[in-house]
Amino acid sequence: MQMKEHKPLIVAFCCNWCSYAGADLAGNNRLNYPAEVKVIRVPCSCRVNPMFVLRAFQRGADGVIICGCHPGDCHYVSGNYYTRRRMAMLFSMLDYLGIEKERTRIEWVSAAEGAKFAATMNDFVETVAKLGENKRLEDLRCK
Amino acid sequence: MQRIGVFVCWCGSNIAGTVDVKAVAEALKNEPGVVFSTNYQYMCSQAGQDMIKAAIAGHKLGGIVVCSCSPRMHEATFRKTASQAGINPYMVEIANIREQCSWVHKDMATGTEKAIILGKAAVAKVNLNTPLTPGESPVTKRALVIGGGIAGIQTALDIADAGFPVDIVETKPTIGGKMAQLDKTFPTLDCAACILTPKMVEVAQHENIRIFSYSEVSEIKGFVGNFDVTIKRKARYVKEDICTGCGACVEKCPMKKIPNEFNLGMDNRSAVYIPFAQAVPKVATIDPNACNMLKNGRCGICAKVCTAGAIDYTQKDEYIEEKYGAIVAATGFNPISMDKFDEFAYSQSKDVITSLEFERLTNAAGPTAGKLLRPSDGKHPHTIVFVQCVGSRCSACTEKGKEYCSKICCMYTAKHAMLTRDKYPDTEVYVFYIDVRTPGKNFDEFYRRAVEEYGVNYIKGMVGKVTPEGSKLKVQASDLIANKQLHIDADLVVLAAAIEPDKSARPLATMLTASMDTNDFFTEAHPKLRPVESPTAGVFLSGTCQGPKDIPETVSQAGAAASKVIGLLAKDKLTGNPCIAKSDEWMCNGCSSCGKVCAYGAITYEEKEFRLPDRTTKIRRVASVNPAVCQGCGACTVTCPSGAMDLNGFTTTQIMAEVDAICK
Ligand SMILES: Cc1cc2nc3c(=O)[nH]c(=O)nc-3n(C[C@H](O)[C@H](O)[C@H](O)COP(=O)(O)OP(=O)(O)OC[C@H]3O[C@@H](n4cnc5c(N)ncnc54)[C@H](O)[C@@H]3O)c2cc1C
Ligand code: SF4
Ligand code: SF4
Ligand code: FES
Repeated sequence: MQMKEHKPLIVAFCCNWCSYAGADLAGNNRLNYPAEVKVIRVPCSCRVNPMFVLRAFQRGADGVIICGCHPGDCHYVSGNYYTRRRMAMLFSMLDYLGIEKERTRIEWVSAAEGAKFAATMNDFVETVAKLGENKRLEDLRCK
Repeated sequence: MQRIGVFVCWCGSNIAGTVDVKAVAEALKNEPGVVFSTNYQYMCSQAGQDMIKAAIAGHKLGGIVVCSCSPRMHEATFRKTASQAGINPYMVEIANIREQCSWVHKDMATGTEKAIILGKAAVAKVNLNTPLTPGESPVTKRALVIGGGIAGIQTALDIADAGFPVDIVETKPTIGGKMAQLDKTFPTLDCAACILTPKMVEVAQHENIRIFSYSEVSEIKGFVGNFDVTIKRKARYVKEDICTGCGACVEKCPMKKIPNEFNLGMDNRSAVYIPFAQAVPKVATIDPNACNMLKNGRCGICAKVCTAGAIDYTQKDEYIEEKYGAIVAATGFNPISMDKFDEFAYSQSKDVITSLEFERLTNAAGPTAGKLLRPSDGKHPHTIVFVQCVGSRCSACTEKGKEYCSKICCMYTAKHAMLTRDKYPDTEVYVFYIDVRTPGKNFDEFYRRAVEEYGVNYIKGMVGKVTPEGSKLKVQASDLIANKQLHIDADLVVLAAAIEPDKSARPLATMLTASMDTNDFFTEAHPKLRPVESPTAGVFLSGTCQGPKDIPETVSQAGAAASKVIGLLAKDKLTGNPCIAKSDEWMCNGCSSCGKVCAYGAITYEEKEFRLPDRTTKIRRVASVNPAVCQGCGACTVTCPSGAMDLNGFTTTQIMAEVDAICK
C-alpha cells in the first residue's frame, strides 16, 4: 500500500526550559526517534499561537505536538495552564474540521525526561503515520 | 533582506558522523539572504570563532546561522562572537543539528536531510531578526522588609551586615512577631526571648537599619530596582525620638482594663502601653480607642507624668515616601479563629485555650508569671488534653479549616506536653493526634522523649466533643488503635489551631503584584529552584508568609532571601533580557486582556495621545510593557485579540517563517 510509504511531517513546539532541554537530553543519551520530527523552540508553551498550529497544517504538516513543562513547573509559573486550555479548545475545533484528534497532541516533558521525549515522539509519529497524509487543511497554493 | 552567513560545525565526528556537513553548507547557500556558507571541525573553538568574525567583516554579514550543538550550549558563545565582530548579538540563530539531529538519527541521508531543513528554518528566522538591546535601569541601593517577626529581623540583619540600608515596616508597636510570645522553643528548648531579644537589640542598634514600627505600607509603585513606596506611620501619640521607655505613663494611666493583645487577652494593659519589657523600639503607644484624653479630652495624666515630654495628643498619621531597590515580604502568620470549632467549647469555657495562649500561660513574662494555672479559677490543672490538627489537614471542611498541614503543631504540642510533665510531674497529659509528623533534625527523637521519658499519653484518634461541666471539661474522644471511645475529665484543653497567613498579606500582594496561592500564602517564582523569590522581579519572600515553617526553617529562608536581595542591590544597573513583549500601539485597542494573563504584572495601560492622518488627535488607552519586569514568556502575545502584542526574538512572523521552512 502506498500509505505505508508515507513519512509524516511532524512539527514539535518545545518550551525552552523543560521540553527543549528534554529533547536535548534524548540526544545526549542517543535515544532514537524519527527524523520526521522537527522542533521549534519557543520560550514557553504559552507562546504557541493557535495560528502557528493552523499554519503548520495548512503547509502540509501531518501532526503537531506541543511540549511544555509539567503543570505547576512552568518556568513562567502559569504559562502551561493557558496552553492546556487554549489547545484543548483548538484541538477539538480542528477535530470538527476533520483534523483528527490523533494528529494533535500536548505533552509535558521535563528537562530530565529525555526518554519520555523520545518515547512520545516515537509513539506520535507512529500514530500519525497510521492516519496517512493530512489533506484537510492543506493549502495547495503553497506547494 | 539580511546578508546572512551560515557556519556548519562538524563537532568532530559528533555531527559529521551522521550528517554530511559539506552538503548542508552547500544546500543552505541557495537560501534567501545567504551570501556565505561554510563548514569547520569545531566552530566553538577559537579558530572557529575567528573564522566567523573574519566572514562577518569580509562579507559584510548582518546575521549569522550556526548549525551546531544545542543553543542551550553555545548560543551565548556565538552571540559574543557576533558582537565582537561588530554585529548585534541578537542577529544570531542556532540550528540544533547535534542533540536534535545527528545524535538521534543513525542514517547519514536522513540526518543530512533533516539538518538542511533545520538550517533553512534558522535562516528563515534570522532573516526576520532585528537588533535588540537589553534595557538598563538603575538600582536604588536600599531594601524594604515588610514584617518584623524573626523572618523580617533576620533578613534585615543579613542585608544590613552586607552594607546596604534596610527599612523594616511593622504594623505592631514592636518588632518580634510571634516568636516574642513563645516560651521555650523546640527542639532544643532554649527560651525564645533569650535568643530573640539580642537580635531585636542588634536591629535597633544597627547603623544600616531603620525601624518603622506601628506603620503600614500604603502604596507601592515602580518595579525591580526602582520601587516607590509610601509608608503610613500611624499616630502613636508619643514622640518616638523623645520617649525613653521609662513606663511612668503606663503606671499612672487610669484606664487599666484594656485586654492585652500580647497576652492574647488573658490579662489587661493600660491605654498607654509598651507591649512587653524587651519591646523594640521601647517606646509607649497610646491606644486611641481606649484613651480618655483622645476620646473626650478628659484626662491628660500621662502628659503630666512624662518628664521627657514625649506625649503628644495632637499627633496625626504621617505618610513618608521612600525609594527601594528590593522588597521583602515577611508578614508571617496567625493562628486561625476558633469561632467555627465550637465542638471544642472554646467560646464556652475559659479553660479551653489555643496553643499560643498556652505559650503565654507558661511564659515567665506572661499573665501568670509562668505558672501553669487555669484561666477560669487560677487553679493548677491536673489533667490536660491537647488536641492536634484543629483546622489543619481539613480537606472535608475547608469552609472551617485549612486543607494543608500547619507543620509546626506536632512539634510544639510535644514540647508543651513534655514541659508540663517536666515541671508538674503530677499532671496527666493526653495528646490526641491524626499522625505525628516529625521530619526535622532531632525532631523525632524529641517526640519520642515526650512519650518514653516523660510518659505523655499519645492517643491516635479524634476528639469529638468537649463539654464544660462544673469545673471540669468532659472530653469525648476515640482511640483508633484500641478501637474504643474514651471519656476524659480534663481541667484544661489545649487546641493546636491551624495557622494561616496574616490577613493583611492579600492586599499587600495586590500592591506588590505578587501572586498568592488559594490559601493566601505568597507563591514563589519556582517551587523548587527559586523558593525565596516571588514571580514579581525584585520582590522576595521570607518566613511563614510563604508557607508554614518553624523557626530554624524561617531563619534559613530569611537568610536566603537576604542573599538574593544583596545580589540585586550589589548591581549598579540591571540589564534586562531584550526578548520581551512589546505592543503595537496603533493596533492595541486597550482591551486589557494581556494584563490579566501576565504573571508578573509587567503590563500597564496608559491614555496616550495619537495624531491621526487628518491631523486631529485622539486619546486612546493602550497597553505598555515594562521592560524591567517582563520575563518574555509570551502569554500576552497569544491572548491579545488584536494581534498587537508581539515578543522580541520570538515574533509571530519569525515563528511562522520557521513553520513554513520546516513544512515546505
Ligand atoms: C503555639 C506556637 C508555638 C511555636 N513554637 C515553636 C518552637 O518551639 N520552635 C520553633 O522553631 N517554632 C515554633 N513556632 C513557630 C514560630 O512561631 C514561627 O516559625 C515564626 O514565628 C515565624 O516567624 P515569621 O517572622 O515568619 O512570622 P511572625 O512571627 O508572624 O512575624 C510576622 C510579623 O509581621 C508583622 N506584619 C504582618 N503583616 C504586616 C503588614 N502588612 N505590614 C507590616 N507588618 C506586618 C506582624 O505584626 C509580625 O510582627 C511556634 C508557633 C506557634 C503558633
Ligand atoms: S511576555 Fe509574559 S511576562 Fe512579558 S508582558 Fe507578556 S505575559 Fe507578561
Ligand atoms: S491584549 Fe492586545 S489589544 Fe488588548 S490591551 Fe493588550 S496589547 Fe492591547
Ligand atoms: S516554560 Fe515550559 S511550559 Fe512554560
